[in-house]
Amino acid sequence: MYRYDEFDHRFVQERVAEFRSQVTRRLDGSLNENEFKPLRLMNGLYLQLHAYMLRVAIPYGTLDSARMRMLAHIAEKWDRGYGHFTTRQNIQFNWPKLSDVPDILDALASVEMHAIQTSGNCIRNTTSDPYAGVAADEVEDPRITAELIRQWSSLHPEFTFLGRKFKIAVTGSAEDRTALKVHDIGIQIVRNTAGETGYRVLVGGGLGRTPMIAKELRAFLPREDLLPYLEAALRVYNLHGRRDNKYKARIKILVHEIGIEEYARQVEAEFAALDRDAIAAPVEEVARIAAYFAPPKLAARPAESTAFERARQVDPGFAAWASQNTFPHRVPGYVAATISLKPIGGAPGDATAEQMRAMADLAEKYSRDELRVTHEQNVVLPHVALDDLHSVYRGLAGVGLDAPNKGLVTDIVACPGLDYCALATARSIPVAQNIARRFGSTARQKEIGPLSIKISGCINACGHHHVGHIGILGLDKAGVESYQITLGGDATETAALGDRTGPGFGYDEVADVIEKLVDRYIELREVPQETFLQTYRRVGMEPFKEAIYATH
Amino acid sequence: MQLIDLTGRAQDRWAHVGDEDPIPAEGPVIVPAARLFEVAEGRETGIHVGNDTDPEDLVPLFDRLQLVSVAFPSFADGRGFSIGRKLRALGFDGTLRASGPVIADQFAYLIACGFDEVCIPDALAERQPPEQWEAARRLISAGYQRGLGAGRSILDARTGR
Repeated sequence: MYRYDEFDHRFVQERVAEFRSQVTRRLDGSLNENEFKPLRLMNGLYLQLHAYMLRVAIPYGTLDSARMRMLAHIAEKWDRGYGHFTTRQNIQFNWPKLSDVPDILDALASVEMHAIQTSGNCIRNTTSDPYAGVAADEVEDPRITAELIRQWSSLHPEFTFLGRKFKIAVTGSAEDRTALKVHDIGIQIVRNTAGETGYRVLVGGGLGRTPMIAKELRAFLPREDLLPYLEAALRVYNLHGRRDNKYKARIKILVHEIGIEEYARQVEAEFAALDRDAIAAPVEEVARIAAYFAPPKLAARPAESTAFERARQVDPGFAAWASQNTFPHRVPGYVAATISLKPIGGAPGDATAEQMRAMADLAEKYSRDELRVTHEQNVVLPHVALDDLHSVYRGLAGVGLDAPNKGLVTDIVACPGLDYCALATARSIPVAQNIARRFGSTARQKEIGPLSIKISGCINACGHHHVGHIGILGLDKAGVESYQITLGGDATETAALGDRTGPGFGYDEVADVIEKLVDRYIELREVPQETFLQTYRRVGMEPFKEAIYATH
Repeated sequence: MQLIDLTGRAQDRWAHVGDEDPIPAEGPVIVPAARLFEVAEGRETGIHVGNDTDPEDLVPLFDRLQLVSVAFPSFADGRGFSIGRKLRALGFDGTLRASGPVIADQFAYLIACGFDEVCIPDALAERQPPEQWEAARRLISAGYQRGLGAGRSILDARTGR
């Protein structure tokens, strides 16, 4: 895991001091509210429905136990004892006082964390694969590239007042677990025919009110050109992206309006004119960062574990959890274990201080002191020996984090919605809770199989509903909440935007509608292994539409 | 308007000429780009450009220009930062001025993008006097980016460059 050196430490400390002075200058009138707003946003501080909200960056979702414990401490000392993990692998605290924020930022800096650029019209937290360093199909650990981008994008003098926010994701695998194609820029580490590693660069994806799937900008970019190429891509956007309408200011609109060929032409021309050597990171610096992400030395173990097999037989709850919530590790005898933050009836992505400490303890003891936050709002322990898996499970069960539902119908992604957010037009969390209760039975969830439900409480789509197998969008129709349903969305390498079923449904009807869709899928599927998404792609919208709109 | 540069409050020796104003007979003058032809060659000359200007269009004029003033219609409109960097990359070595309501908290970014000075509205200068600009500029002692006009990059400091 990356560790700060003296320069990183000083940078973050100076940034906190800068924000302290900005708060002071706001209070003495040197900065007016209009000027202060983007400055506070670029330090992660939003003004929400009931209070300020502080969003803390978790670069590429990687944490260690000390950092997780600090998040627990912040939740207890300055908030209401819990935090909310987000789809950008960050965490947000919903109730801090403005006057406490500089102290919170100091506390974060003490464990090499910050809230820089978690909001605002700048380059946001760079996200990555939660199974980085674990997945067998990985070309290279994507966090080396993500850390390089984190540093380059931090307070970039040219790109801190963009037309709109800018999100970058990096993956090292062909199987995409980062929602690469719905990012402003998506970077896939690839190997060319000569065997060299480099980058496939996608551009112009995004959700929000005009969802779009990213297009390929460069099939292969030599790795040393990463930062100069990003400068060229961002410069073309900064100069030519629309500024007349904030809803048309994302890069996806520019790419859509001028076309990917013209955008690519401009980027390549800009790139050709740059002094690449002056901008690129020195090879020694890349090597320095890479060393922090060297694979942990995991002692070789037998691929089969007798302790694991025995525990599975005596503890059916563990057996169900282990079969659903683990991901194969490239080292035999290990798995990556997903801690579901979706207990039935809970708020998706929330964790209490006690739960954060329990996760930190388990990571320290059983997972090489590492944790990963996922864009599905769960947490992963990346390096768990099969022999230890039952102990991990019991530790999680003790704090209510043992839901065996990873990737199933109750593993719902939801934005905070009308319960917290000033932009929301409808509730999200209670909708998720109602659906989860409806499908609470583990056996039933297992029978249904992989199914991703994503819920947004407004058109801005923070809950990523466009790319849920079933998407739910809460709107306000003349003062009444109305929920539109989309089907067939997909956030992976086969990315697709969901299709609307038709007119929306009332708040009380949503769980019934989801159940009808699920029942229809079970009737339609040819074999139990055919997933909801596969069935939808085979049969199309009509049978599902009939299931939810026909009057029987 | 008030002029602030790295030395603090500065005297603006340039006459600002708008679209309709008569051009003074002598002394350094900043004119809209479209009126450059009205200024005699050999005179100290600057032009004022909008932030939708293509910097490459200015390259043929570099020999004639001692100053380029780039409009910042709002501090939140960051196009001018890219224009500054491009002008420097294209070889402009005269004075680069940011004109408009930019704020002290952006001073370091402006300098890094190649600007020498800012020309801001009087009311803003009153709220944010030159001491604030100087203090804000020094708050972050080094950034991560390379290839900028000013300051040492953390990446270079690490490798002893």
